[in-house]
Amino acid sequence: MKYTILIYESESDFSARTGGPRKEAYWGSYRAYTQALTEAGILAGGAPLQPAPLATTVRQRDGKRQIQDGPYAETKEQLGGYYVIDVPDLDKALDWAARCPAAATGAVEVRPNLPM
Amino acid sequence: MSHAAAELAARVSYGRLLAYLAARSRDVTAAEDALGEAFVAALETWPRAGVPDKAEAWLLAVARRRLIDGARHAKVEDVAAAALHIVVDRAEQEASSKALFPDERLKLLFVCAHPAIDEAARTPLMLQTVLGLDAARIASAFLVAPAAMGQRLVRVKAKIRDAGIRFEIPEPRELPSRLEAVLQAIYAAYDSGWEDVAGADPRRQGLAEEAIWLGRLVTRLLPDEPEGRGLLALMLHCEARRWARRDAEGRYVPLTRQDVALWSQPLIEEAEEILAAASKAMKPSRFQLEAAIQSVHAQRAVTGHTDWEAIALLYEGLIRLAPTIGAQVGSAAALAEAKGDDAGLSALEAIPPEAVAGYQPYWALSAHLLKRLGRAAEAREAYARAVGLSEDPAVRDFLRDSF
Repeated sequence: MKYTILIYESESDFSARTGGPRKEAYWGSYRAYTQALTEAGILAGGAPLQPAPLATTVRQRDGKRQIQDGPYAETKEQLGGYYVIDVPDLDKALDWAARCPAAATGAVEVRPNLPM
Repeated sequence: MSHAAAELAARVSYGRLLAYLAARSRDVTAAEDALGEAFVAALETWPRAGVPDKAEAWLLAVARRRLIDGARHAKVEDVAAAALHIVVDRAEQEASSKALFPDERLKLLFVCAHPAIDEAARTPLMLQTVLGLDAARIASAFLVAPAAMGQRLVRVKAKIRDAGIRFEIPEPRELPSRLEAVLQAIYAAYDSGWEDVAGADPRRQGLAEEAIWLGRLVTRLLPDEPEGRGLLALMLHCEARRWARRDAEGRYVPLTRQDVALWSQPLIEEAEEILAAASKAMKPSRFQLEAAIQSVHAQRAVTGHTDWEAIALLYEGLIRLAPTIGAQVGSAAALAEAKGDDAGLSALEAIPPEAVAGYQPYWALSAHLLKRLGRAAEAREAYARAVGLSEDPAVRDFLRDSF
């Protein structure tokens, strides 16, 4: 069964990506996590995302396109990336989500993919 | 056989079958659909005609006829119904064989109290699936509108199916915390029945008994886990005092003033035996400690007095394991009796005020201690808050009369 792990990162997580003393640890832990998913044979997709200020939100209303700078919702933690994993059940998915580095600093949401 | 015994037999068989079907299809709703009419038929027939020899096989035979009818009506049978058909066939083979029908109810209990399930829905889900109580009855016990309860239950069952929650006994490393959630959900059912003293409220009638039944079930299915026994002992100790909680005029009687002659000695003895068996495992835990506190209270029936020092010590242990507001207030009450009202009051004052703003027992104890210390104005204020937070009119009257 496929699940998507949505990674919600704090402001300090996002700034750790580009520099400062936490940069090494940040990328190191994601590399290790991705490698662990790959070696377990369960990684089915995913991508890291640029931070929320680079987001543009689009709505189509009354035939008119509304473009808005910024993410869909302004929250303390922002979507920073996602993984798609293939595991037998929710408990396994939660086990993997708990290992995601953002679980310790931001929040990680697990959603079952809609089977298509 | 009495009507109640036949009904219980129907509930037991229903719970076993539902667990079996749901564990294989992961679809609680589909399993309920398959068994629902058969269960109604059993509730109707068994008290009259007696419980059939192979109770599960009887239910399955009725369920199967219904599945076949359903398929005929639907013409095109959907995949889920087909899958369920196969499971029912297999269950029928198991049910008619000589061996005992496999009991998957423990897995079902763990699913109901899974951390991914909305906490408010866990107890209702357990009562509905394991015991076959209907949503309307559960709703009234939890003082929720039936439609709202029905929706909540539909939602969690969809989540179990679509989020892929497995029907498994948790791994050993997870077992303690997962079991805690199961026991917590059972205790919540007991609590809801307990609030209703002497079954005065028909909407809540019997829920305490259902909870004790679930407690017995967990104890039997997980005999090596002492915490299930701890909860069962706790519930039995409380149940033993049910008839002493009101006087002849229906007035509230606090534990320390209850007439011990009204306590049920057989229930107390059973609770003591179960607690003794639990403590052999040497794994003290929350419910065992709470049961031990009730056990000390029960001693009053024999010794004529309450050993508050022992109770204070047990609360100290309880707070270390589970620092709930309830435990902290209980501990303050014990300290007040063992070491004096000042000690009790300072223990109360050590609890963060924001945690107790809406907690009735805190204000009731506060009022009581302030009054005994002669701080009348503060006591009056605390009594007022306690009265305002009380649900039970008898408790409100008691608090008003105390001042």
